[in-house]
This record gives sequence, structure tokens and C-alpha cells, in this order.
Amino acid sequence: MNIPGSGIFKGLVVTARNFVGSYFEKDRLTTEQYPEERPTLPENARSFPFLVYDGTDPETGMRCVSCKICEKECPPQCIFIVQDRDAAGKAIKRPKVFNIDIAVCMSCQICVEVCPFESIRMDNAYELSAYDRFSSLLLDKSKLLKSNTYYRSIHPTEAAETDGRIEADRLKKEAAAAAKAAAAQKAAAEKAAKAVEAAPELQKPEASA
Amino acid sequence: MSALDSVGSDEARTLDISLGPQHPSTHGVFRMNVTLEGETVVKLKPVFGYLHRNHEKIAEKNSWLAAMPYTDRLDYICPITNNWAYAFAVEKLAGIEVAERAEYLRVIVGELTRLQNHAAFLGFVLGDMGAWGSALMYAFREREKILDLFESLTGARMMCNYMRFGGCRCDLPPGWIEAALKVVDYFPAFLDEMEALLTGNEILLARLQGVAPLGAARAINGGMSGPVLRASGVDYDIRKVDGYGIYNRFKFRVPRGEVGDCYDRFMLRVIEARESVGILKQAIAGLPGGPIVNPKAKQRGFRPPAGEAYGRIESPKGELGFYLISDGSDRPYRFRIRPPSLINLTLLEELCIGTKIADVMIILGTVDIVLGEVDR
Amino acid sequence: MNFFALPVHFVQAPNELKAWFLSLLASFGVPAWLLVVISAVLVIGTIIGVFLVLFALTSVLERKILARVQNRYGPNRVGPCGLFQPVADGIKMITKEDLVPRSADKIVHFLAPVVMMVPALMVLAILPYGRDMVPAELDAGILYFFAVGAGTEVAVFMAGWGSNNKYSVLGAMRAIAQMVSYELPLIISAVVVAMVTGSLAPSAIVTAQGDFAFGFFPGWYVFTPWGFVACLLFYIAALAESNRCPFDLPEGESELVAGHLTEYSGFKYATFFMAEYVGMFAICGLLVTLFLGGWQAPLPFLTIVPSWCWFFGKVAFVAFTMIWVRATLPRMRIDHLMTFAWKFMLPMSFAAFLAAACWHYAGRGPLAWALSAVIVGVPYLVLGNHFTARFSVTNRRYQFSE
Repeated sequence: MNIPGSGIFKGLVVTARNFVGSYFEKDRLTTEQYPEERPTLPENARSFPFLVYDGTDPETGMRCVSCKICEKECPPQCIFIVQDRDAAGKAIKRPKVFNIDIAVCMSCQICVEVCPFESIRMDNAYELSAYDRFSSLLLDKSKLLKSNTYYRSIHPTEAAETDGRIEADRLKKEAAAAAKAAAAQKAAAEKAAKAVEAAPELQKPEASA
Repeated sequence: MSALDSVGSDEARTLDISLGPQHPSTHGVFRMNVTLEGETVVKLKPVFGYLHRNHEKIAEKNSWLAAMPYTDRLDYICPITNNWAYAFAVEKLAGIEVAERAEYLRVIVGELTRLQNHAAFLGFVLGDMGAWGSALMYAFREREKILDLFESLTGARMMCNYMRFGGCRCDLPPGWIEAALKVVDYFPAFLDEMEALLTGNEILLARLQGVAPLGAARAINGGMSGPVLRASGVDYDIRKVDGYGIYNRFKFRVPRGEVGDCYDRFMLRVIEARESVGILKQAIAGLPGGPIVNPKAKQRGFRPPAGEAYGRIESPKGELGFYLISDGSDRPYRFRIRPPSLINLTLLEELCIGTKIADVMIILGTVDIVLGEVDR
Repeated sequence: MNFFALPVHFVQAPNELKAWFLSLLASFGVPAWLLVVISAVLVIGTIIGVFLVLFALTSVLERKILARVQNRYGPNRVGPCGLFQPVADGIKMITKEDLVPRSADKIVHFLAPVVMMVPALMVLAILPYGRDMVPAELDAGILYFFAVGAGTEVAVFMAGWGSNNKYSVLGAMRAIAQMVSYELPLIISAVVVAMVTGSLAPSAIVTAQGDFAFGFFPGWYVFTPWGFVACLLFYIAALAESNRCPFDLPEGESELVAGHLTEYSGFKYATFFMAEYVGMFAICGLLVTLFLGGWQAPLPFLTIVPSWCWFFGKVAFVAFTMIWVRATLPRMRIDHLMTFAWKFMLPMSFAAFLAAACWHYAGRGPLAWALSAVIVGVPYLVLGNHFTARFSVTNRRYQFSE
């Protein structure tokens, strides 16, 4: 025979323990008082995309070549790209216009995954409230371009991996270029040697004349 | 005209009220047109569609990969299991094998999702009953720990977008397994605290026991699945029946109730959570190395062969299935979701007739619906 | 001033202050009848002021205590530790638009908050706040308390009816049913104490609890078997009378909107809120008077602390337990509520009545204690198990399959 009311009493004991515990145990009272205390985001945290540029000048250092793969794969289609053209009207590998509407963006990170040129990455800034949607939340190229130094500061591991990949690609390209140059040099030397062999026959008629 | 002018006429006996769509306890924008006679419910018509977002149509317009983030937003309390169901259906359609390490990772994050869903459920049901949020806050304290784990793994607390065809998107950061093990080790203590707070509580017992019992045959005929079905005494858990993924490598028990009333549905999720803790410990212990995605599977520009497939998993709410038809192109021809929350609502009117108005919220709470899934 | 009389002066500070002020006025030649009026006004003003300040403090402290139970901070932005929150709430309530439905009964709708507030304040007149500190010394004080306190129930129905809204009427009818059902155990528990004391005057009841058993154990009625049960019943009935959790069905937010208060906004809503809290304090005060020894100190040497401090300390403690209960328990359904009142609390209150009578006539010795314990214990176990046998954890089994 149980004492009726004991279940209620046990419940009261649990709440009393939580009440007293919230003054003394740190992991009971887990509130972070925003905006005085800001949460420490883990390294992987993502909010909205940004474009990475190497070096100090955004326009010359940006990695984007306007391949438009991210625009095609974006699920809510919030990216808008227009390729740049040079003075003669030929397409060059830069975007003239690169807009992302972060009011539409769903932070899915697919653009980052599909980019072959390591140029678009996820930022982790979350205090982005604005009063006007189109002037503040439609980010154009100038607002999206952020340096690689910034990228290294927010996502160190990812940035190190990306830099490693870019470095490996560069070395491979240099090695390929060096091999190509060496091969071209070798071919030119062979061609020159062949021309020298042919040259004495050319000079003979002149000598006999 | 005063409220009681029609006393004595037929229309005075019944009262039509509309619960929702703005209501603190309807778990979303859900409306119920209830006809009351005194305190007792005589008719109940659910009205939903307030959260319809054209998910299935959008998926026909975008590529196969682009449909993955949209599945996060289906049952937004358990995003990762939604991802898993979709990836599983696509893998079945195209015959893709899943990497070994990825299978273990899927089980780990899937069971963590089940834990945090059941914790949130406990909190919400108690809040509906008027327990002024104490149980809700304790439950959410645990859920926050799990969401922090998800954030450090996938980058987002809720809309994780974690599964890919043939594996997972990203690998574990250093220290994640230790943090996950700490959360899993503490979880049974949290469940014990909740049981001490709630389970012996006479008021709670009186409000949950005997309310809306559901028999096994009726549950099966009504298309119920998940904890609602098992509470009615039917031994059916898709993890055991289909053995999808690597679930047949883990030892775990499937609980079932006898009466199928609100108390059984409530307690069953608590017991299931304890079993999930067991599965998690086994999965974390057995995690192998290796790649996390099948290198032969394409993500971008994925073109499965023409055909159709139905892939289903045991999500925390019930049987979540995706029926996909492919015509060989790079976007789905038909993308149909079998939402457990919607199909579990089939018997809502039947469960509620004859109960008091105060019980309707409890019954809805124990069926555990999420409007993102009901309306898609 | 005599140095050894200082403690007495401090302990009787309110009375001393009043006497000093009146003598000051008398020295200015104020006529005697005016002095009586001024004395009454001073007392009334002080009591209303104290209780309104207590109400303001409790509204913020309740939120902070609830918050701490839920492991979070309560309001802590307005003022030090958030204690000026009631000022902010008050400004918000006053500046809200006062909506009255077009088809509402204007007079009834307007008078309901007034009719709620006035009895809640009037019952504060008979509580003994300290030694020789009763505003109105009535021989039938307890009777006056319950008679006037019933006025709040009329106000609840006026609020529901006057709003001309079917949800309000529904809510009001449930509230009335609840309050009327719980009046009986409330009054019978009070009658038990009055019977043992032999008087309905609150100050006599407090004085009767003044002796210390074995020289140090306080002779409060709560420490007797029948008194403990009667106190518990009074406490539960007090929760139901003030519409507090677990009996807050009339205000059930997750059910039918706000019940009888749906059509009230702004200052009228604040008045209802205030009346509910003042009523809660009044009933806590009566509980302290009847069962917890009123202004008596728990140990003989602690009488240096003023008696009014003890009274308000005990009231604060009882209010704290009410907040604690609110944080823990879910709401009861209307039929469970009624069953509990009529089939459990009413028989238990009769059992307490019988136990008290046996305790008194068996000579108040050890045999009397044992007898009264049995007379309340047996019905509690029998009735309690009869009701909880239907709902029990042990009658549910869960099967597992591998």
C-alpha cells in the first residue's frame, strides 16, 4: 500500500533540488545573457555565404571565375551571377555581378560543396538584422568579398585544408608547366639541331658559285 | 443578445468552437473544429494546410541534391532522420552502396535525433497539461546539449543537411565523440529525474491513464506507425522489421504497451529513449575508420536510372517514407513523402470523441505531430 | 527612555509609532473623535500599503522563483535584480487600451473587478499581524472572513456574464463550481480550530497556540495529527479558492483562452490580478493564524524578533510553498477536481473534525494523540488508495521484444 500523495511529494523534491541547484551548480543554470554574453560558436557554424579573395585587393585576388555552378545548384536560387566581358566583348573569367539575397538563402551550404575553385565559403556572422530588405539583405559582390585572412580566422581547420588543396594544385600546375616547358625546350633544341644539320647543304651551292 | 438566449433549444446543447490555428498547444498552425456537449467532445474535424509550402512540387523543379535541404524542414524537430529517409530512398532507387563508416555515423546522429525529439516531446506534453514549463525547461536543457553536438558536426543546430547519397557530408571534428559520449552517459540520469518528477505524480496519472485507449487492430487499420502503434500493443519497429542500415548489428529491445492510452504513448517514448541510449553506446564503440561517402556516387549532376523506389525509416514520429520516381533525368519526376504525423492524425476524431475538452490537447500532444510534416 | 524597555519598544514599533503620532496631534488640540478617525485611517492605509507593496514584490518574486526552479534567470533587467519589474508592468497595464465589447453588459462588466477587489481587502481587517495589532477586534472574526470572502465568487461570475462571450461564461461557470466545492473543506478545517480553541476570534486562536510543550516545542496546531491534516486540507482548498495551480483551470491558457477574464484588458485586468494576489495573502494569513501560530515565535528565546516579523515571515513561507507547488504540478481536469473535493477532501475534513473532538475529550494526553492520529490516518490511507488505485504506475506493464 503506497502513501497517496507520495508521487506529488517526489516531484516537489525534484523541483526544490533544481531551485537550490540553480544557485550553486554551474551546469544547472545554463542561460547566457545575450547581448552581454555572446555564445561561442563551434568552428563549423555556418550562416551565409561569402566570396574569398587572396592577397589584399579584392578585385584582382578573388578566386571566383564565374563558372555559375553555384547559381545552378542553389536550391532556393538566391545567387545571381553575370559574367564579365573584356573591351572586345569576349567573356573573361570573373563575375561582373555576383548577388546573393540572404533573405532567401537557406544556409544549406550546397554552393560551397559544388564550387570547384574554393571561392565561396560560409560565414558565421548572425547579427544581420536590418530595417530594409533590399538595400541591406541583398549582398552584392563588394559586400560578399572577404579576404582569406578573415576566412582563416573564422574557420581555421577548413581554411588550412583549402589552402593546402590550392597549394597542391598550384604545385601540380607548376610541375606540369615546367614539364611542358622542358618538353618544348627539348623539341626546340631538336628542331634547331635538325636545322643545323640541314644548313651545310644549303651553304654548299653558295661556296661552289 | 446574451450568450444564453438560446437556452432550452437544441442549439444550446452543443457548442462549436475552433481550437487554433493560433493556440499555445497545437504544436504549430493546426486547427480543430470541435463540437462540445457540455464538456464532452461529440465531433472533431481537423483543419490543416496552414503550413503548406509546396515541398513536393519544388523538389520536381530542383535537382536531386537540392531536395536534401528541403527535407530538413519537413519534421523540423528531427531534421537528420528526414535527410536519412530521403538519402535511403535515393540509394534504393539507384542501387548505391553506403560507406561503412557513414552507416555508423548515420546511426549515431539518428539516435541522437531520437533522443532530443523524445526529450522535447516530454517537455511539450507537460506544458500542455499546465505544468508551467518546469519539465519543458529541463527537457530543453538536455536537448540543447544534443543540438550543440549537431552544430559542431554539421554547422547548424537544426537544419543540418547532413546526409548525402552513399554516405554523409562531413566527418567528425576532433573531440566530438568524447563530447557525444558525455551527453549519452548523462541522459539516463535526466530520464530518471523526469520520471521522479512525473511518473508517480497522481495528477499526471489521472490525466493520462485511461484517456483515449486505442486497440491494436484499430491502430493497424488506421495506418498508425511509430510509438503510437507500439503503445497499442503491436510489435512493429521498422528498424527490426526492415533492418535498414546496420541496425541488425545492434542489440536493442522494442517496447510495446497494452492499453494504448495516452499514458502508454507517453511512457513508451521514455522507454524508447533508454533503448536509444544503448544503441548509441554500441555504435560509438564500434565506429570504424574509412571514407564517409561512397566515392562512386555522384552528388552534383546525379542522374539515377529510370525507375521508382519507396524507402522508409523509423523516424521518431513513425514511419517516414519517400516514394521517388525517376525518369532518368537530373531531377525527380515524382517526389512523394509519406508523413507519419499526417497519417497518425487519421484517428484523431475517433480518439477524441467522448473525452473532455481538456483531454483533446493531451491526446494531440501524445500523438506527437509536427505541422511541417503534416502540411509539407 | 528606559534602556531595558528598548526591546519592547522595537518589538511593538508599529503600535508605538501610532501612539506617538496620535499624542503629537492631541498636543496640537485635535478633538478626540477626530483622533479616532485618524487612527483608523492610519491603520487602513498602512495595511493596504503593505499589502500592495507585497503584491508588487510577489509578482516579480514569483516569476524569479519559477525561473530558478526552471534553471533560468527571471526578470533581471529593470532595477536591481529586476525588482522594479512591477513598476514596468504597472505602467504597461495602465497605458493599455481599455476594451469593452459592444454587446457587453456595461455596468456588470465594470463592477466585476471592483467587487473582486473590495472583499479581498476587507478580509484583511481581522487578521492579527502581531501582539495587540489587530485592526478590527471582532469576536466572530473567522465568520466575518468567510462571509466577506465569498464576495469574490460573485465577482468571478459577474466577469464571465458581463462579457457576453460564450467562452467567458463557460470559464466562469467552471470557476464558480470549483470555488464553491472547495469552500466546504476550507470552512470545516477552520471550524475544527475554532472548536478546539473555543472561540471564533483570531487573536484568541493565536494566543491559544502560545504555550511550548516540553519547554521548547511550539504548541501550534499544525503539530497535532488533526491539525496537520486540517492544515493540509485548508492549504489545498486555499489553492483552489485563489485559482492557483494545480487548480488554475478557469485561467487555463492552453485550453479555452483566458476563461472569465478573456474580455478584460489594461487596468481592469491588473485589478483582477491584484485582487487574486491580495486574496492569496489573506488566505495565507488566515492559514498562519489558524494553524501556524500566527505571530508566535517558534522557540521561547526568539521572542526578541518582533511578532509582526514572525507573522509576515510565515506568510511569506506559505506563499513560497504555493509558488513551489505551481512550478511543479500539472493542472487538474474539472471532473478530477470535483471528485477530489467532494469525495476525498470533505470526508477527510470530517475525519479531522472527529479527531480533534476525540483529542480534546481524551484529555489531550498521549492517548489522545494516538487516537486522533488513527482517526485521521485510516481514512486518508483508505480513501487515498481507493482513488489512486485506478491510476497507478504499477498496474502497467510493458513488454519487450528483442
